[in-house]
Amino acid sequence: MTATTAEHHDHHDDHHHAPHGLKRWLFSTNHKDIGTLYLWFSFAMFLVGGLLALVIRAELMYPGLQVVDPEFFNQMTTVHGLVMVFGAIMPAFVGLANWMIPLMIGAPDMALPRMNNWSFWILPFAFSILIGSVLMSAFGAGHPSAPNFGWTFYAPLSTTYGPASTDLFILSVHMMGISSIMGAINVVVTVFNLRAPGMTLMKMPLFVWTWLITAFLLIAVMPVLAGAVTMMLTDRHFGTDFFNAAGGGDPVLFQHVFWFFGHPEVYIMILPSFGIVSSIIPVFARKPLFGYASMVYATASIALLSFVVWAHHMFTVGMPLAGTLFFMYMTMLISVPTGVKVFNWIATMWRGSLTFELPMKWALAFVILFTCGGLSGLMLAITPADFQYHDTYFVVAHFHYVLVSGAVFSIMAAAYYWLPKWSGVMPNKILGEVHFWFSLLSVNLLFFPMHFVGLAGMPRRYADYALQFTDYNFWISIGAFWFGASQLIFLAVAVLCCMKKGEKAPMNPWNAPEEDLEWTVPSPAPFHTFDTPPVIK
Amino acid sequence: MIESYRLSVSLLGFGGSCRLVNPMTERRERYPLLRRGFYHNELHYGKVGVTISINPETLSGPFAASKNLRLPTAAGAWGKQGAYAMPSTLFRRAATALTLLMISGVGLASDWTERSDHNLRPGVTPISQDVYDLHMAILYVVSAIGILVFGLIMYSVFAHRRSKRPKPADFHEHVFLEILWTVIPFFILVGMTIPATKVLIRMDDSSASELVVKVTGYRWKWSYEYLTYQDDNNVGVNFFSNLKTPAEQFNRPALEAGLFPYGTAAENYGKDAPEKDHNYMLDVDKPLYIPSGVKVRFLITSDDVIHSFYMPDFGLKKDAIPGFVNEVWTNVPVGNEGTYYGQCAELCGKNHAFMPIEVRVVAQDEFDGWLAAEKEKAASGPDLTPFSSLESALELGQQKYAASCALCHGANGEGGIGPAFVGSEMATKPEHLQEHIDVLVNGRNAMPSFKAQLTPRDIAAVITYERNAWGNDTGDLIQPADIAK
Repeated sequence: MTATTAEHHDHHDDHHHAPHGLKRWLFSTNHKDIGTLYLWFSFAMFLVGGLLALVIRAELMYPGLQVVDPEFFNQMTTVHGLVMVFGAIMPAFVGLANWMIPLMIGAPDMALPRMNNWSFWILPFAFSILIGSVLMSAFGAGHPSAPNFGWTFYAPLSTTYGPASTDLFILSVHMMGISSIMGAINVVVTVFNLRAPGMTLMKMPLFVWTWLITAFLLIAVMPVLAGAVTMMLTDRHFGTDFFNAAGGGDPVLFQHVFWFFGHPEVYIMILPSFGIVSSIIPVFARKPLFGYASMVYATASIALLSFVVWAHHMFTVGMPLAGTLFFMYMTMLISVPTGVKVFNWIATMWRGSLTFELPMKWALAFVILFTCGGLSGLMLAITPADFQYHDTYFVVAHFHYVLVSGAVFSIMAAAYYWLPKWSGVMPNKILGEVHFWFSLLSVNLLFFPMHFVGLAGMPRRYADYALQFTDYNFWISIGAFWFGASQLIFLAVAVLCCMKKGEKAPMNPWNAPEEDLEWTVPSPAPFHTFDTPPVIK
Repeated sequence: MIESYRLSVSLLGFGGSCRLVNPMTERRERYPLLRRGFYHNELHYGKVGVTISINPETLSGPFAASKNLRLPTAAGAWGKQGAYAMPSTLFRRAATALTLLMISGVGLASDWTERSDHNLRPGVTPISQDVYDLHMAILYVVSAIGILVFGLIMYSVFAHRRSKRPKPADFHEHVFLEILWTVIPFFILVGMTIPATKVLIRMDDSSASELVVKVTGYRWKWSYEYLTYQDDNNVGVNFFSNLKTPAEQFNRPALEAGLFPYGTAAENYGKDAPEKDHNYMLDVDKPLYIPSGVKVRFLITSDDVIHSFYMPDFGLKKDAIPGFVNEVWTNVPVGNEGTYYGQCAELCGKNHAFMPIEVRVVAQDEFDGWLAAEKEKAASGPDLTPFSSLESALELGQQKYAASCALCHGANGEGGIGPAFVGSEMATKPEHLQEHIDVLVNGRNAMPSFKAQLTPRDIAAVITYERNAWGNDTGDLIQPADIAK
């Protein structure tokens, strides 16, 4: 089982000053510790964002205004979106990148360890500012109001009409952006400079490839977001009129700038998922990944196309016909490389020797449910129909299928897959099974009926609704509470692993092929790995 | 009268619908019946059977006045208070659910006026029909792709598991397959873009319209201005359109009725609590009128933030953007007269959910009559008749306050987004009277100007009301003439 352990260097002898206590975490420059910090932070944000979503679902369980004021309801939808996108999903991927990229490419650490520390420690401050504005609103009876203009913060609702806390939001977004850019630079530098000898680019695991491409997307678009919020700031306080029609500005410009960031952002939140699933499925199919090269090219073409589809988020703003057609065609085109990926995963499983341990269950659920989200995305691309779908619950259903049962499920798959390596303990099987099946059932109860209410015409971000939407909303809320409660089971799984309670994990518990370098180090992974780079044949 | 009724079981809950002939338009309309308490109608399902009972007394709109409304009863007779029962078994529920799921799209396409609760509405115009057809076509395409993909995955999951195939195959490339699954989807997409492009081009052509209406979004109401109609380039009719549903119907404190408030409002919240109207959240005080069989062009803009003019039955959604004028058009064919509803579809602040759109499509001669009457009203100038007494001013003021002010300043002047009036300096001190009027007429900061929305008589009544209600007993009586100055 762990017979090979003895052959490895015992690194602990070299480090008499191994940090411990609070300082270990505050001043850490170790990619594994920083990865752990990122992962715990993102899980905490996942629970906070989930709580906000449950306030929304409690209000929408029945028609009428029962639980919160519509003003507070808008704050919930806004901060839920921001926390989930910037606080839960993105940091979770950065955490996985920190932990796994050096292990996968045979590097001793990330290339820029001090910057790594900084890019994590900005985040708790950024989110304290954002969530602080919600707490002030909640305990100050709505005065002052937290950001209440949706996570897309369209001008002029967020500029001329924004609450005072908009400035806190702007500061917070700037900080998140700095953190993301630094994290992305670190990934790029690490991948280009610290690969083990013999690991050519086309031998890198797909998780590393997808993250490399994601990092370039981040570096390209986070400054655009920073530009958008800076323009908001000067509009609000320094007399400019970028987005103010009364001063000769253009509210639609805001949407163009925002979605030029926003659409690549969508792929930032899904490309690493593709990498995770491409790592997991071959291991449990006992067969090499089908079409490695086409996977890489598909990822790259998705990333390139993501820069020319942004205006499909704004078909109803009144673009010229030619512009509308261009964005419709490009949007439909992007489904081709995405389809290639799904077919490759199926071909990987085809005539394999499949088993369904927890990581594989989550990965399979990802493939199926992400495809559902992709198919509704194809429907949304048909512009005349999109005029009807736009800003209804159909859109909400679509992006939750790709972000929750897509991105979040892939992160869960990653956690169950790599927890043995991180903690040295196998995740509790019974809890894990309950967590998986509850999540799978509840996520569909939660999001599938949203397609129906959306098609029937229920607009999104509504605190109350007409009566024909009553039945589905009730069941959606039941699904939401069930899904939310199920995630606490994962908290138990993770805490048990951290407390080293459970079956001890062997070095390579899933019998992954030996090219997967992360499984060639002991479990749990020692504080320092690959001081001497491995040689790739 | 009820022509037919259908009991259906949807995937996630029981619902029923019945067809009623609208006595106003003589058209068949389908009305959904939802669980008791929300639609005044009851649907019980237990071990023995499923029962629908409809209480026509509580149906709103044209049905309320209808003498002809008849419902089938359990005994097979017709009566005003009706119930229908059918035996319910688990098998029957499941079978109905599946059947409904499979035929729902087909069933809906046959009737333009269906008010669906789970699919896109086919709507009432050729464009909305086109959109619906596109929607169904792409839905079938993605369903077919979904069945193929999920079928392959499921087959693999069952046939290629380790217990069946201990030794995996070792292939990891197949150039022909890879080209195939890149090229085939591409051609499917090209096949979809052709009809979509055609519809888009048709939607874009707003030329040769006979009626032009300017639609302006406000926080949180719509205003309609009739600009040109046939040869008349200066129609000069404009008005605001506010939500009619009274606040008592939506403000319901949490948990007062328990965790699962399934009873009627009266059972849950006390005997004075009003039931929700059938068109809860949809009815407005003054709907937009358009003629049938006439091409109508809407010029859409906004006075403050971005709103979106969303009329599902016409296949329309276009953003209302400050500083921009967007255009869309519709042409409702003769024979489809009726009332259609839409809502604001772009987040615009606190009461985003509370600014519906109600459009009455009427025959052209009826429209001409309506427009003539409106023009006459507009031509006669503002009504400056003084109030005879404080009471008459307060009565009007209370109505106008509830419709225009309560959303921000609280139903009882307690404040909200806007400042409170109860005991405030502004509403009680004589030296602030002129300022009080100025703010209402011209606006200040986030407070919009009400000059265009309220008549001088309304404004005088509102100011009088704010200065006398809730213990602000100043005794001030403001007359319309004071405002007109």
